[in-house]
Amino acid sequence: MIRFEKRPQPSQIFSIATPLLAVLTTMFFGGLLFAILGKDPVQSIVTIFWEPLFGEFAFYYRPQLLIKGAPLVLIAIGLALGFKAGIWNIGAEGQYIMGAIFGAGVGLAFYPTESIFIFPLMILAGAFGGWLWATIPAVLKIKFGTNEILVSLMLVYVAEQFLASMSLGLLKNPEGFGFPGSRNLQQYDSAHNADIIAGSGMHWGVVAALIAVIFAYVLLSRHSLGFAIRVTGEAPRAARFGGVNPSRLILFCLGISGMLAGLAGMFEVAGPAGQITIDFNVGYGFTAIIVAFLGRLHPIGIMFAGLLMALTYIGGDIAQSQLQLPAAAIQVFQGMLLFFLLAFDLLTNYRVRIGLNEVAT
Amino acid sequence: MTTPLLSLRGLTKAYPGVVANDDVSLEIGRGEIHALLGENGAGKSTLVKMIYGLVKPDSGAMEFSGASFAPQDPRTARAGGVGMVFQHFSLFDALTVAENIALGMENAPAMSQLAARIREVSESYGLPLSPDRIVGDLSAGEQQRVEIIRCLLQDPKLLIMDEPTSVLTPQEVSILFETLNKLRSEGTAILYISHKLEEIRILCDAATILRLGKVVGTCVPAETTARDMAEMMVGTTLKTPQRSGATAGEVILELNKLSLPPASAFGMPLREVSLSLRKGEILGIGGVAGNGQDELLGALSGEIRANEGMIAYKGLDMASMGPNARREIGLLSAPEERLGHAAAPDMSLIENALLTGAVREGLVKGGILNWSAARAFADQIIEAFDVRTPSAGNAARSLSGGNLQKFVIGREVLQRPDVFVVNQPTWGVDASAAAAIRQALLDLAESGAALIVISQDLDELMEISDRFATLNEGRLSQPRPAIGLSVDEIGLMMGGAHDEEVTRG
Repeated sequence: MIRFEKRPQPSQIFSIATPLLAVLTTMFFGGLLFAILGKDPVQSIVTIFWEPLFGEFAFYYRPQLLIKGAPLVLIAIGLALGFKAGIWNIGAEGQYIMGAIFGAGVGLAFYPTESIFIFPLMILAGAFGGWLWATIPAVLKIKFGTNEILVSLMLVYVAEQFLASMSLGLLKNPEGFGFPGSRNLQQYDSAHNADIIAGSGMHWGVVAALIAVIFAYVLLSRHSLGFAIRVTGEAPRAARFGGVNPSRLILFCLGISGMLAGLAGMFEVAGPAGQITIDFNVGYGFTAIIVAFLGRLHPIGIMFAGLLMALTYIGGDIAQSQLQLPAAAIQVFQGMLLFFLLAFDLLTNYRVRIGLNEVAT
Repeated sequence: MTTPLLSLRGLTKAYPGVVANDDVSLEIGRGEIHALLGENGAGKSTLVKMIYGLVKPDSGAMEFSGASFAPQDPRTARAGGVGMVFQHFSLFDALTVAENIALGMENAPAMSQLAARIREVSESYGLPLSPDRIVGDLSAGEQQRVEIIRCLLQDPKLLIMDEPTSVLTPQEVSILFETLNKLRSEGTAILYISHKLEEIRILCDAATILRLGKVVGTCVPAETTARDMAEMMVGTTLKTPQRSGATAGEVILELNKLSLPPASAFGMPLREVSLSLRKGEILGIGGVAGNGQDELLGALSGEIRANEGMIAYKGLDMASMGPNARREIGLLSAPEERLGHAAAPDMSLIENALLTGAVREGLVKGGILNWSAARAFADQIIEAFDVRTPSAGNAARSLSGGNLQKFVIGREVLQRPDVFVVNQPTWGVDASAAAAIRQALLDLAESGAALIVISQDLDELMEISDRFATLNEGRLSQPRPAIGLSVDEIGLMMGGAHDEEVTRG
C-alpha cells in the first residue's frame, strides 16, 4: 500500500527538485507521445530543447528566446503575486490585449509627430489599460463577491472583440488599402520599441521583465505588503487577524498583475508585433499561468521558467517545420509540463510511504 | 474473580520518532467505568484507537470477552461490541438527528422505524432528543447525545468516551453521568478518557494513568486525591498559579450594547453585550462553545467591525479601527484556533512573530521588514515562554499544541498589552504548559493590564478570574465576583437563566 504522509516541514530539496523532475518526466512522456505519432523521440526532444540554443541557426533563435520569454515573465510575475495570496487572475490575456490597444492608441494619436515623450506615454497608457481591465473583476469581487476567475476570464473574450473592432475601425491604418490592422509602429520611430542592441532581441520589454523580477523579489521577501500577500495565501484568517485588509489586497494584486500584463502587451505591439491586428494575441496571458506555477510562484524561478517555456515554443516551432509534428502535439507537450509539475508538487509537502503494516489513522 | 471484559497485554505502538504506547497493559471488567488519564501526548488516543480498530499495534495482544481480539477496522470493532464517542463530533449540520444516525449504520432500518428506536433508547437512558431536529440547531450537549445514541443502538459491551464533558454545561454533565451510571448497572463497561480529575473521582471505579506512552500507575479514584493523580500524570509536583489580590483600577474598556449579526448560517449573533473592564482585573467569560465566543473576540480584535459607540477603549471609539490600529494603542488579543487563525501553520515562527508583533515591536519601518529584529523577537518569545522547538525557523505546524499555544500567548504578553483578550488560552494544552500560561496571565494582570479570558474550562476561570460572566446565545450575563460562586449558580448562568433566578435559586 502506498500512502502519503504530511511532512512536518515543507521539504527544501523537493521545492527545488520538483521543476527539474517535472521537466525530465515531460521529456520522457513527451518522447513517448512523439514516438506513438511515428517520430523519432530522441530527435524530437533534441530539436525542441537543443536546436534553438546550440543548433545551426541558434544566432536567429537565441534573440527569439528573449522576445518570447519577456512577455511571459512580465505577465507571470504579476499573476504570481495574486496566486500567492489566493487571488486568481485568469484573464491576463485580456489585460495584455487592452494594454496593447491603449499603448498603441496613444502612440498612433501622435502620428506622425516625433518626440522622445511619446514612448514613455505609451508605456503609461499600456500599464493603465491592463490595470483598468483587471480592476473590473477586483471591484466586482469586493462589492458583490463575484468570482474573479470567471469574471477575468470572460473579460478576455470581451477584450478580443474590442481588439477586432479596433483593428477594423478606429485604429485601422488609413493607408492600409482596406486591410484590417493599424499602422505599423515599427515604422514610427518615436513609438517603436526597438532592440536596445540591434539583433539581440533585447527590447524594453526585456528590461521591464527584469525590473519586475527584482521588484517582486524584494516585495515578497522584504516588504510588509509581500508578507501580507504570503500570509493571506497561507492562512486567510490569520492574515485578517494580523491586520491585512482583504479588499485592498484584492485591488493591489489584480491591479498589479493587470498592469504588468498591459505593459507586456504594449511592448509587444510596439516592438515584435508592430501593429494592432485581429489576431494580435497569441496566448501569452494563458501560458504565463503555466510559467508562474512552473517557477513555483518565485520571481527567480519564474524568470527561468519563462525562458524554458519560450524554448519549448521556439523548439516546438522548429519541430513542427522540420519533423512535421502537429501543433496540437506541441501543446499537449506544454500541458504535460504543468501536469507533472503539479503532480510532483505533492512531494514538497508529503512523503511517500510504501508499506503494508500500517493503517491510516 | 471472573474474566475481565477487555484485557490488554503489552500493547506497543511506535510512530516515526515517538513511541506512542510502550508495553501498555490494562483490564476492564463488565460494568466497570475505567478512567484513562494522562496529559496530551501521553498516548491515550493511540491506545483507544487500537481498541477501536483504527490503529494496529506493533506488538502485544488484546482479549475481549475471553477471546482474542484484533479488529481490522472500526466496523469489526463495532461488530465485536465496542462503541466509541469521539471528542469531535462527525455530524452533518444540515441533516436531522435520525438521518445522521442512519448514515453511520451498516444496515439502516426504515426512517420511521429508526426514529422510534431513537426515541426508545433516548427515553430509557434519560437522554432527551428528538429524531426530527436538525443537528445544526442542537447544542453541543445535544449533539453529543446523538453520538451516544448512535453507539447505544449497536448494543455495545464496551463504550469508549473521549473527553465527553469538555463541551458540556455542569447540568448536562450530570445528565450524562446518570446515563453512564445506568449503563454501568446494566453491565456495559465504559472506558472514560478525561483530564478532569474531580469528575473521575465521582464517576470512575478504577483509573489507569499514562505518561509518555507508559502506564505509570493505577488507582481507585474515589480514594485518591485529585492532586496526587495530577502529579502522577505530570510526573512532577505541580505549581498552583499564585496571585496577590490587587485592587482593580480605572475602567479601560467598555462595551455598550455590542450587537453583531451572525457571520454564517449556523453562526451566533452577539446581542447587546455590555461590560466594563478595569485595569488590573481578569474577567472570565464561560459558556458552552458556539455561544458567541469567537464573535466577541473578533469584535474586540478588530477583525469584525462593530458600529459606532459600541466599543470604547481608553475613551476612544473603536468602530473605525482595524486590528493593527488597536494593537498600536495596546489592545491585543489571541484567538482560540492556533493553526490558521492565531498563527499561519506553514510559516516559520519568525514570520508568525511578525504577524502580530510588527507594530508594537517596530519590526517594520516604512514598509520594509526587519527580519533580524523579527528573529530576535521570536527567540525572545521562545526563551521567555519555554517554547520547545529546534529553532525559530521551524514551521508553526511542526510544534506540539502546547508549545505553539505558549508561543501564541507569549507573543502577545511580551508586547505589554494594556488590554488582552484571549479565547481558550489552554485548550488542548498539557497540565504544566497550562499552569505556565495561567501564571503568565496572572502576572500580566498584576502588572496593571486588564484581561478578558474566554474559556470552556470552568476550573481555569475560577482559578484566575476576579469577575465571572457567561455567554449564552450571544448574550452576556451580568459579571459577578468569582469568589463564592457555586457550581450550581455557574451552571444556571451558562444555561442562560436571568440574574434574578440565579439569586433566587
